[in-house]
Amino acid sequence: MQRSLYISPDKCTGCLQCEMACSFEHEGNFNPAKSRIKVFTFHTEGRFVPYTCTQCDEAWCKSACPTEAITLDAATGAKMVNDGLCVGCKVCTIACPFGTINYNTTTGKVMKCDLCGGDPACAKACPTQAITYIDAEGTGYDKMRTWASRTDTQTAAQA
Amino acid sequence: MQYVVIGAGPAGVTAAETIRKQDPSGEVILIGDEPEPAYSRMAIPYYLADKIPEQGTYLRHDPKHLDSLGVRQLKQRVTRVDSAARQLQLAGGGALGFDRLLLATGSDPVKPPIDGLDQPGVHHCWTLEDARNIVKYAQPGSHVVLMGAGFIGCIIMEALAERGVDLTVVEMGDRMVPRMMDQESGNLIKQWCIDKGVTVHTSTRVTGVKANASGAARITLSCDPVGTLEADLVVVAAGVKPAVDYLRDSGIELAQGVVVNEYMESSVPGIYAAGDTCEGIDWGSDGQHAVHAIQPVAAETGRIAALNMCGEVTPYPGSMAMNVLDTLGLVSVSYGQWMGVPGGDEVHRLDSDEYRYIKLQFNGDRLIGAITLGRTEHVGVLRGLIQSRTRLGKWKQHLMEDPTRIMEAYLGATQLTQG
Amino acid sequence: MSWQKKILRVNLTEGSCTAEPLNMQWAADYLGQRGLGSKYLVEEVDPKVDPLSPDNKLIFATGPLTGTASSTSARYSVITKGALTGAIACSNSGGYFGAELKFAGWDMIIFEGKAPKPVYLYINDDHAELIPADEIWGKSVWDTDKILHAKHQDPQLKISAIGKAGEEGVMYACIVNDLHRAAGRSGVGTVMGSKNLKAVAVRGTKGVSVKDPMRFMQTVMEKKKILAENPVTGQGLPTYGTQVLMNVINEVGALPTKNASVVQFDGASKISGEAMHEPRASDGKANLVTNQACFGCTIACGRVARIDKEHYTVKNRPEYWGASGGLEYENAWSLGADCGVDDLEALTFANFICNEQGYDPITFGATLAAAMELYEMGVITDEDTGGVKLNFGSAEALTTMAEQVGKGEGFGMILGLGSKRLCEKYGHPELSMSVKGQEFPAYDPRGIQGMGLTYATSNRGACHLRSYTVASEILGIPEKTDPLVTEGKAGLVKAFQDATAAVDSSGLCVFTTFAWTLEDFYPQIDAACEGEWTLERLAQTGERIWNMERQFNMAAGFTAKDDTLPKRLLTEPASSGPAAGKVNGLDKMLPEYYELRGWSKEGVPTPDTLRSLGLS
Repeated sequence: MQRSLYISPDKCTGCLQCEMACSFEHEGNFNPAKSRIKVFTFHTEGRFVPYTCTQCDEAWCKSACPTEAITLDAATGAKMVNDGLCVGCKVCTIACPFGTINYNTTTGKVMKCDLCGGDPACAKACPTQAITYIDAEGTGYDKMRTWASRTDTQTAAQA
Repeated sequence: MQYVVIGAGPAGVTAAETIRKQDPSGEVILIGDEPEPAYSRMAIPYYLADKIPEQGTYLRHDPKHLDSLGVRQLKQRVTRVDSAARQLQLAGGGALGFDRLLLATGSDPVKPPIDGLDQPGVHHCWTLEDARNIVKYAQPGSHVVLMGAGFIGCIIMEALAERGVDLTVVEMGDRMVPRMMDQESGNLIKQWCIDKGVTVHTSTRVTGVKANASGAARITLSCDPVGTLEADLVVVAAGVKPAVDYLRDSGIELAQGVVVNEYMESSVPGIYAAGDTCEGIDWGSDGQHAVHAIQPVAAETGRIAALNMCGEVTPYPGSMAMNVLDTLGLVSVSYGQWMGVPGGDEVHRLDSDEYRYIKLQFNGDRLIGAITLGRTEHVGVLRGLIQSRTRLGKWKQHLMEDPTRIMEAYLGATQLTQG
Repeated sequence: MSWQKKILRVNLTEGSCTAEPLNMQWAADYLGQRGLGSKYLVEEVDPKVDPLSPDNKLIFATGPLTGTASSTSARYSVITKGALTGAIACSNSGGYFGAELKFAGWDMIIFEGKAPKPVYLYINDDHAELIPADEIWGKSVWDTDKILHAKHQDPQLKISAIGKAGEEGVMYACIVNDLHRAAGRSGVGTVMGSKNLKAVAVRGTKGVSVKDPMRFMQTVMEKKKILAENPVTGQGLPTYGTQVLMNVINEVGALPTKNASVVQFDGASKISGEAMHEPRASDGKANLVTNQACFGCTIACGRVARIDKEHYTVKNRPEYWGASGGLEYENAWSLGADCGVDDLEALTFANFICNEQGYDPITFGATLAAAMELYEMGVITDEDTGGVKLNFGSAEALTTMAEQVGKGEGFGMILGLGSKRLCEKYGHPELSMSVKGQEFPAYDPRGIQGMGLTYATSNRGACHLRSYTVASEILGIPEKTDPLVTEGKAGLVKAFQDATAAVDSSGLCVFTTFAWTLEDFYPQIDAACEGEWTLERLAQTGERIWNMERQFNMAAGFTAKDDTLPKRLLTEPASSGPAAGKVNGLDKMLPEYYELRGWSKEGVPTPDTLRSLGLS
């Protein structure tokens, strides 16, 4: 069974160890600005929400790519950016309704979560199990998947 | 069942793939009139800038990809569609029948009504062949005049600047990218270009193009009100229009493009259109139609049309105007009804010194349009908020106070229980 | 590696921002943050300078591990000559600002001179510029944060700012970053205000590299595990924060109460960490909303609290209804026990105001406590206070005065002087519970003897964070010592002072030392930093820093006479609890301490000592 990142915002303390682990895995240094996972802070509510790509089935980024630079990793289900093919046109960044594929001004390519080949560094670095990597069935990705389908079907209903 | 797809761009290729997936036994024929494998015009500027080889523009990298799917490919030009006879006329002579037809012939560049555009040294920037010509003439130090500062003009500007040319841009509109950017952001892009050493003339019209027999440069342009400009190369990027000339006597309803319903079907049953060619429902406009000649819409409408062609009834809510543009390193994005609607609310922030701008348009507590400049992070969520018609509740007020908090608004309105 | 090797020099008088290379010889000798920032100050500033003159400098310094995957890698320090004390000041803060400064490519910022008009510094990676502060001058820290985020259109911008207190010259103004983390003590914010510098806003996208990435990550993983498995850093601090101490310290009879006139507080349990978890009778919700980590921290001791909307302090004031930084132990003590106030919501409100307007709650609470004692003695009158009854135990006096100090109004102007100047003004200097001008915090040296020596010898004036012997004397870390005896405390204090100086120079948080010793620090530093970092080198670096700070203070005019405690602690015995009948035995500890330090009987480092540390 494929596994997914499962995020429990209630357990997040806002330490950003995930962002450091992610940037270290992908960039070789500690640089939250280049992290594929981001923690958003809701100061007046005292909440912290880690957020990254759900590897959604719709794969808006993948279908929008004009150079077939985004492909499916069959083993993990991750949508992968091939830097050799990405021309940096950024069309995927406006197509993804989650805002989870972003342009990296340093490399001139886009970047997104690739599940670290099936062993996500963010989950390993999280000290409170706010981010875990578990069987895809029944994870809290439901909420985000619902969002994905809303972008599709609700708009259809309105049309 | 014989499916024929005319046009081997993103819409056509996506459609052919989708048809094959839906109907493994049907005959699928993809017709394209350019000699190269299916490629992506979006990638041409990067080819021009020497960032990728020509193969880097190809839509699919496995040369046998379409063959392996059993998609027959014809390098041909369709001259006429006979709707009643269910037949296509081909330029090389001969005809081809179809049961289901997809029109995905894309756009043609607009050729402004100016004398002298048909001469050596004047090129459109649309096809790979055009790109090769531009590469040949845009040598370091040469004088290049770019006619049109729309989306395509801006996107090839970097490629030209990187080739070290002396670049002048002439735009009829009062700002740059007038169809995608408002006054403030369009002016900011202009100032950015000027800072980067590009000469920019907005509200300026090219009135004539002549071969220059005496001077150093090959061509002389007359401009109103600027006067005379000299150029070694003129690149025409005056916009595009749906490529539908071959459909004039087909009986298919045309406006700017092929008018389609929510199933991407034209006025003639069994004939569909997708991508730049189609004039579909303009998302969020109460059923009006529009042409959205952009990559994501091409892929999406190609897929939706194919599903419907195969009997998988799939309505499409309409396409939304959305664009991302990189003008010499300044990234701009626009979505939906960025010009706002009567009775709606607008918020914007402008920081001219840092070339940053953001504008959000609301109708009630729903986001309906946006423009951003100088921002690359999480912009996609604007699309999500607009197209899902998310009710922002208290987050609208937060956005009115600080419109950059789009991710917080999205997460707050959709992921967190309101508390 | 790990150092960015670049510092930003900002001349406020001229309005210039200049990059210069970090002095790597100094980095090798002083590590970073506290040590390295102090080295620059010592080299560049005349110790006799008036802290509020343009000739004083203000240094924001990160450590080599700031912004790395080491746990608690958030830290930066502000180093200057302290407004409150006239001694070398080094105030340490967490949050996210310090790491962001590092990510922008800077180890340190040195501010010099004074801006002709209020400005703030904007940093976007290599780009640094001074911008007129017209739209934020006069605004609170919280409003400044909001305005600058919107203006620069960057939610990721990290902001460190002074509030009204720093502008108005409150002598213990602090510098607040990320809304509620602060370089809190000694009036570093007052110095910032005197320079017409309102804020520093920074965005960094360059990242931090380390020398041996694989070894570093391996080491960091091991050390994080130690923190997670330790009962204090793994459970006590995340659950109760530093407030885990309130009941403990009260029970051992070391909770200074009502200006340290007594050592136990009847209302302690009502303002404790446990109380913050209890559902309120009024609205059924707990004061505590959640715990929060600073950048990189796997402990997460920070408190996020929300005030009851019906409480008198915030009724009809929705701007205070949201969650924000809650009570740390020191603040709950100063605002609570020391003023005799046991209203948890009122303390939380006063704490919010301290963050919002940018001043140190420890000194504020201790100053108010002194004023309350003078009021009850009849020395301060209703006329002085504008009619506010400054009785011990009055929550209303506390919250009214907190707002007055924040706005620089009324009696708040007098309270803004700090207890030393206030008590001198009213003719009772002995009632200021301060050393070298700075109020001691929440541990009474009659009940915890080692803390007496800690306060007396602290280079920045009384402070618990210079050698937290509470760890040993109360919590048994690294080994238990008897809090009521003086024997062995001189050595304990010296060892803690030196180790803490090293930790404070690394970029990591001193709270890790509940679980870690220098044995756990040096492998992280060695894997990250150039050169070979051993336990011995790290320990010696700490001792070098301590002696350097001492030299600065001696040159500034401090002498052994200043290594003392308020008379009350030395002459008035504790009246209750395990320490009943005891005063602090400083006289028994201090000579031994000087000897262990290699200092003369007059407390002056001997030439041999200086030479052995490379300081001569």
